Amino acid sequence: MYNTGKVLIGIFIFIIFFTIPFWFNLGKVRALPKPELPKEEKKCVEDTEYMRAYHMKLLHEWRTKKIRKMQVYYMNQEGKLYIMSLQRTCMKCHTSKDKFCDKCHEVVVTHPDCWKCHIAPEEVRK
Amino acid sequence: MSIKRRDFLKIVGYGVTGTILSLGGGFIIGKGSEILAMIDKQGDKKGVKWAMVIDTRAFKTEEDFEAVIQACHRAHNVPNIPDKIREVKWIWVDTFERAFPTAETEYISEEIKKRKFLLLCNHCDDPPCVRVCPVQATFKREDGIVMQDMHRCIGCKFCMAACPYGSRNYNFYPPREYLSSMNPEFPTRTLGVVEKCIFCYHRLDEGKMPYCVEASQGKMFFGNLNDPESEVRKVISENIVLVRKPEISTKPKVFYII
Repeated sequence: MYNTGKVLIGIFIFIIFFTIPFWFNLGKVRALPKPELPKEEKKCVEDTEYMRAYHMKLLHEWRTKKIRKMQVYYMNQEGKLYIMSLQRTCMKCHTSKDKFCDKCHEVVVTHPDCWKCHIAPEEVRK
Repeated sequence: MSIKRRDFLKIVGYGVTGTILSLGGGFIIGKGSEILAMIDKQGDKKGVKWAMVIDTRAFKTEEDFEAVIQACHRAHNVPNIPDKIREVKWIWVDTFERAFPTAETEYISEEIKKRKFLLLCNHCDDPPCVRVCPVQATFKREDGIVMQDMHRCIGCKFCMAACPYGSRNYNFYPPREYLSSMNPEFPTRTLGVVEKCIFCYHRLDEGKMPYCVEASQGKMFFGNLNDPESEVRKVISENIVLVRKPEISTKPKVFYII
């Protein structure tokens, strides 16, 4: 191989150049979303870690139970009862869709179509 | 081996404390199982069959109808679409001939011919719409309510063709644009789904009466058809009632006192 040293240096510079964004942001987490949490209520239906990971599962379970299984109340791990309703239970504490749901969903580019039918608190017309 | 008085008292003390604790624990667990049974039981609606009776003699003025219709449509965010062919309605008013097209009308009284009738989904015992739905978006609950699961509806309109009463409406227009006010407690629908009256299942499950029955101020009756003591059974047995299109044997559960 001719000019091995020069070629290797060239490849090295090329790699460094194309990975510049990674070097610039090394060790910093900039895009971490900060959804606004309710001020009065400290505890969600289940604990925070569970809600963060499985809220979609919980909502799916609620919708199946409410509409297809004729149930009204959900009991959480502590034995507390909640009415299964997105608009009447979840959005009572999380009073803004823009400041709560969308904050994370936009970052991870997830667009569930809940709000095509369900009314977000900011959309209510009197 | 002898036992000291002090040790004996200690052992008795432990025993008493243990008994009290376990009693308390048992009491709490007992309470918990009551709540668990309550939770399990809430979906159990066997033996319930909801039905409605409308006293058509009591509905006289335009306002009587309007109050009922507005109560339902406002609460369920039903859009007010001006296009008569593609409108959306859950409960509406029509003439005798259109409400009971197969009834013998030649010699009945003029007053009945001119009377207006409140129409809504009949929640049939043998619902044709449920039979044709390809995705089970519409289904019959155990308590007889014909439900519509908007999450599943694909908008194929088979149920509209199947319904003999014209109770089903397709959302040809974006429904939110035709709402003057919104009830934040209930969702709207979206473009391309079929909707209809749901007998206020959400209110019945919470132990309340449907909106229309509440707004009618005694002109409509609601209750369990399987319970011989219920109000609907009493009203049906005391009056002569009609159902819409009885000959196709869908067994409607909305009765009309003539």
